[in-house]
Amino acid sequence: MDKSIDSIYQEALDELDGVSAPEALEAVQVRYLGRKGRLTAFLRNIASLPPEQRADTGKKANIAKKKLEEAIRQCGESLKSGKGNAGEQLDISLPGRPATPGSLHPITRITREICDIFARMGFSIAEGPEVELDYYNFEALNVPKYHPARDMQDTFYLSDNIVLRTQTSPMQIRVMEKQAPPVAVIAPGKVYRCDSDLTHTPMFHQVEGLMVDGDVSFADLKGILTTFIHAMFDAQTSLRFRPSFFPFTEPSAEVDILCVMCRGKGCRVCSHSGWLEILGSGMVHPNVFKSVGYDTTKYSGFAFGMGVERIAMLKYGIDDIRKFFNNDLRFLRQF
Amino acid sequence: MKVSLSWLKEYVPLEWDADRLAEALTMAGLEVDAIYDRFAYLESVKVAQIQAVSAHPNADKLKLCDVTTGDQHFSVVCGAPNVKEGMLTPLALPGTAFPDGRILTESKIRGVASQGMLCSEAELELGSDQDGIWSLPEDLPVGTPLAEALSLSDIVLDIDLTPNRPDCLSVIGVARETAALQGNSLRYPDTEQADENQAIADITSVTIEAPDLCPRYTARLIEGVTIGPSPAWLQDRIRSVGMRPINNVVDITNFVMMELGQPLHAFDFDRLAGHRIVVRRARDGEHFTSLDNKDRVLDGEMLMICDGEKPVGIGGVMGGLNSEVEVSTRRILLESACFNPVSIRRTAKRLNLNSEASHRFERGVDPKGTVAALNRAAKLIAELGQGALVDGHIDVHPGAGEMAPIRIDVDRTNRLLGTSLSAGEMGRLLEAIEIKVQLAQDGAGIDAWPPSFRVDIRQPEDVLEEIARLWGYNRIATRMPHVAAGSAQLNGRLELKRSVQSLMNGMGFAEAINYSFISQRACDQMRLAEDDPRRKIVEILNPLTEDQNVMRTSLVPGLVDTAVRNIAQQTKDLKIFEIGKTFVSQGKDCQPIETDFLAALWTGARYEGSWNQKTVACDFYDIKGALEGLLCGLRLDDIRFSRIDKRRTPYLRPGAGADVVIADQRVGCVGEIHGEVLARFNLKQPAYLFEIDLDRLSPIIPDRIQADPLPRYPSTSRDITLIVDDDLDAQAVVLGIHQMEEDLVETVSIFDVFKGRPIPAGKKSLSLRVVYRSASGTLEDEAVNTIHRDLTQQLLEAHKADLPS
Repeated sequence: MDKSIDSIYQEALDELDGVSAPEALEAVQVRYLGRKGRLTAFLRNIASLPPEQRADTGKKANIAKKKLEEAIRQCGESLKSGKGNAGEQLDISLPGRPATPGSLHPITRITREICDIFARMGFSIAEGPEVELDYYNFEALNVPKYHPARDMQDTFYLSDNIVLRTQTSPMQIRVMEKQAPPVAVIAPGKVYRCDSDLTHTPMFHQVEGLMVDGDVSFADLKGILTTFIHAMFDAQTSLRFRPSFFPFTEPSAEVDILCVMCRGKGCRVCSHSGWLEILGSGMVHPNVFKSVGYDTTKYSGFAFGMGVERIAMLKYGIDDIRKFFNNDLRFLRQF
Repeated sequence: MKVSLSWLKEYVPLEWDADRLAEALTMAGLEVDAIYDRFAYLESVKVAQIQAVSAHPNADKLKLCDVTTGDQHFSVVCGAPNVKEGMLTPLALPGTAFPDGRILTESKIRGVASQGMLCSEAELELGSDQDGIWSLPEDLPVGTPLAEALSLSDIVLDIDLTPNRPDCLSVIGVARETAALQGNSLRYPDTEQADENQAIADITSVTIEAPDLCPRYTARLIEGVTIGPSPAWLQDRIRSVGMRPINNVVDITNFVMMELGQPLHAFDFDRLAGHRIVVRRARDGEHFTSLDNKDRVLDGEMLMICDGEKPVGIGGVMGGLNSEVEVSTRRILLESACFNPVSIRRTAKRLNLNSEASHRFERGVDPKGTVAALNRAAKLIAELGQGALVDGHIDVHPGAGEMAPIRIDVDRTNRLLGTSLSAGEMGRLLEAIEIKVQLAQDGAGIDAWPPSFRVDIRQPEDVLEEIARLWGYNRIATRMPHVAAGSAQLNGRLELKRSVQSLMNGMGFAEAINYSFISQRACDQMRLAEDDPRRKIVEILNPLTEDQNVMRTSLVPGLVDTAVRNIAQQTKDLKIFEIGKTFVSQGKDCQPIETDFLAALWTGARYEGSWNQKTVACDFYDIKGALEGLLCGLRLDDIRFSRIDKRRTPYLRPGAGADVVIADQRVGCVGEIHGEVLARFNLKQPAYLFEIDLDRLSPIIPDRIQADPLPRYPSTSRDITLIVDDDLDAQAVVLGIHQMEEDLVETVSIFDVFKGRPIPAGKKSLSLRVVYRSASGTLEDEAVNTIHRDLTQQLLEAHKADLPS
């Protein structure tokens, strides 16, 4: 036998779904159940099967025949009241009634992605004030007044002692003032610097991180940040830790990833260096621990910070940082 | 800091090429930003031969030259007196960028086209001769690039130094790092000067009246000096670091500063009153003209270098015009001093005057390097200025005492770094950068004496950092720390923001982020009353622009401006929202109150138009519906809307503005933006908004969900239509029914509102559907009818309503 009873039955049902006129229904009935119909022929052939198969096959074929007769009857009913099983023919190519979802700002998207990666590694998330005391933004972070490191950041002042925070790092101090070790926390938020051009906006976003415990080492810093970068970009991303300087960490390290655009060959995005600076990090400076009253002989830790816009620009291929705050709907809706 | 390799190799043999050296310096913390050949500008300057010279038709002093580079001929106009046939000379072709910034283009000179320019030594900055075009040696191959023909190539490394490394603001400092990385040794320049006597003491003196700001001052005298241009080698060095040659004395002070990192200053000794130096604080309000010919007003915290009568220099920042070295100068008093970094930085900031000297002093110069630099420069001045060194030098407050060693715990260092270095290995790394070490007997500790030029090394962590960077960060292991399971806390505030963002997205709103600073004008644009708390603005002392000079006290101006910008870009249908902080001042020296707000704006179409859906403008009920949807999504109930207070919410149209009250607390407002406000923001279409104070909302959001059982018995509903006064709020009727506390009333909804005939003027019809249900059984029709009749009667009385006739 060429075909099983199941497939003959299924083909019959498929044909019924296309029926929209009594003539067509008639044709299907004859093709399967007429004297020379396929199902009829199948039933007739059962006698030639080996004896051990006859009973079983016969039973299945009779059930199929009954079900098909019923389907044909129902199709006849619906033909009388409408257009049969196929129903009205719609132009299914026309668009549906619009139900347009909104969009998350790309900075929100990347910030969430960063926070979620660290949350999975056991970090809590904290937020702090955007208008900061000079003490938290600088002094407690080992940047006294008239320290050249203040040149690294152009600061907006509200008064002699109050600034728009230039970094999310003040959260390190605020968290440690409130909490004894162990600490594992990240702090996303807006920061402000008096700078505006193609690659700088006076407001941007950072995510700060801090981990302090009994025996935290530079090797741990490398572990956490390597894991982060592999989760944020991809597991094959090459990275390097390069000595740098931040007043509140020592040793300090800049973390570079192999340029995601040119894969290290050198291009405009990486200023032909093959590497992209992604974040700053380092072991918490003892002066910082002293300012929050942590015992430097008992505890050690590391801190890091990264710019959200920069990561968003790399991940989404955005060429101009100002687009983030222009809020052109044609831009926002892409995220 | 720019360092040319030709200069660098004066002090250290270079075993690596520029790329490898740059990579090694970068990975040791001296980030090389750029590598370039400083003669790259000569790329399109060729050795050319003048084949024919003829007169310029329109100018007597100009000549037309037919010049060849072998395979190509050029017609060039030249005004130099020394042009002659057969001469080899540099030909700059169009596109050449001269060191002074000019870019050569093909142009017409007095009506005749010139396809290039024949250059003098001075024009190419390869010498000082500017009297005529450069006559090149005859054996140079015609047509080759000039740099190649003269073997001019010098790679410059541009290093972006971090503020902790002032020792590398000198070629010797970079050479020291280079030697440590390559593993070879450093060759210092000769800075020794043997004197027969202290003759200088009879001629001049130095008094320090402010030792806190000037810990050390050394000086030498050079007599009989001839001021003139520097020799070529010195000019070349000066140019290689991006400075311009001035004269021999100034160039030498700059050269030694670049070489050794010690800023120096040369005074015209004969212009110093009393022939002496007094170092003192300035007097408040004192005036002084600095070398750049600007009048400076001083204050009592600034350190001045003075002569017997008056200031002659701002210590460590800039010299004065009144003692400047001039062509006529014969005697030089050379200063090499140490200044207090904080004081220098303060002065430079106050005067907005940053110099190479102040840049170094505020980061810290080697307190023991003053005399070496002084000798080095004095000898060069005597040599190149044909003068004579006066015997002896002045040294006030010489030498800080020996530093105590810094004790390094080997085990702790390894634990902090995650390394397993021996004391010996650590010691070797440190010795390579001239840190003296002594290992403790038991191998557990190292005593380290940093050299005096490493002003950044003061405590064990500083030494630890040196060990880490010289060992190589990338050789340190990478491992994962143990984090206590369950230690991470959920942040409720952030979770709320996330929920709000998701709900707003689901309702079709796009998230925007605007700057936190806005224009002070915004308060007026929003029509805020004089005593509105949102007028308590926080001003930025140094704003970038006037449009961004205060911190926002409301998210509304930002969203409205965003709408205006988008409409200008032809996006006229907008649904946007923002979550961000507002800042209300609590007084000048306090941090402002920061509050998290949510604001949403809807303007243009209600739905995106389509083939099956007509474009309809959005209205008040659209934005209110979105707000209700949001609050419902946050599981909030007991929400009421009351008419806005015109004074408190002047930016909404009084007839279409509502306060949002939840659990008796006002959490925000919703409504149509006032026409006057639209006009002030130049928004030319109606717009609707809501604003919610998330800080007030957050504590009233239920922190858990309690599921209700599903009803077991069917409900039944009854409709009522009431004719009521037009100004009766529907909410009052609905609330009225709920307040009757009839147990069987499950829900009340409004399904129609109608005004106009046949309803009398001043009235409206309000159709309500009341759903009745009992938890204990199926309701009998008759029972419902009784309750409903009673309810209707109460409504008619409570609201002075009528039934439709």
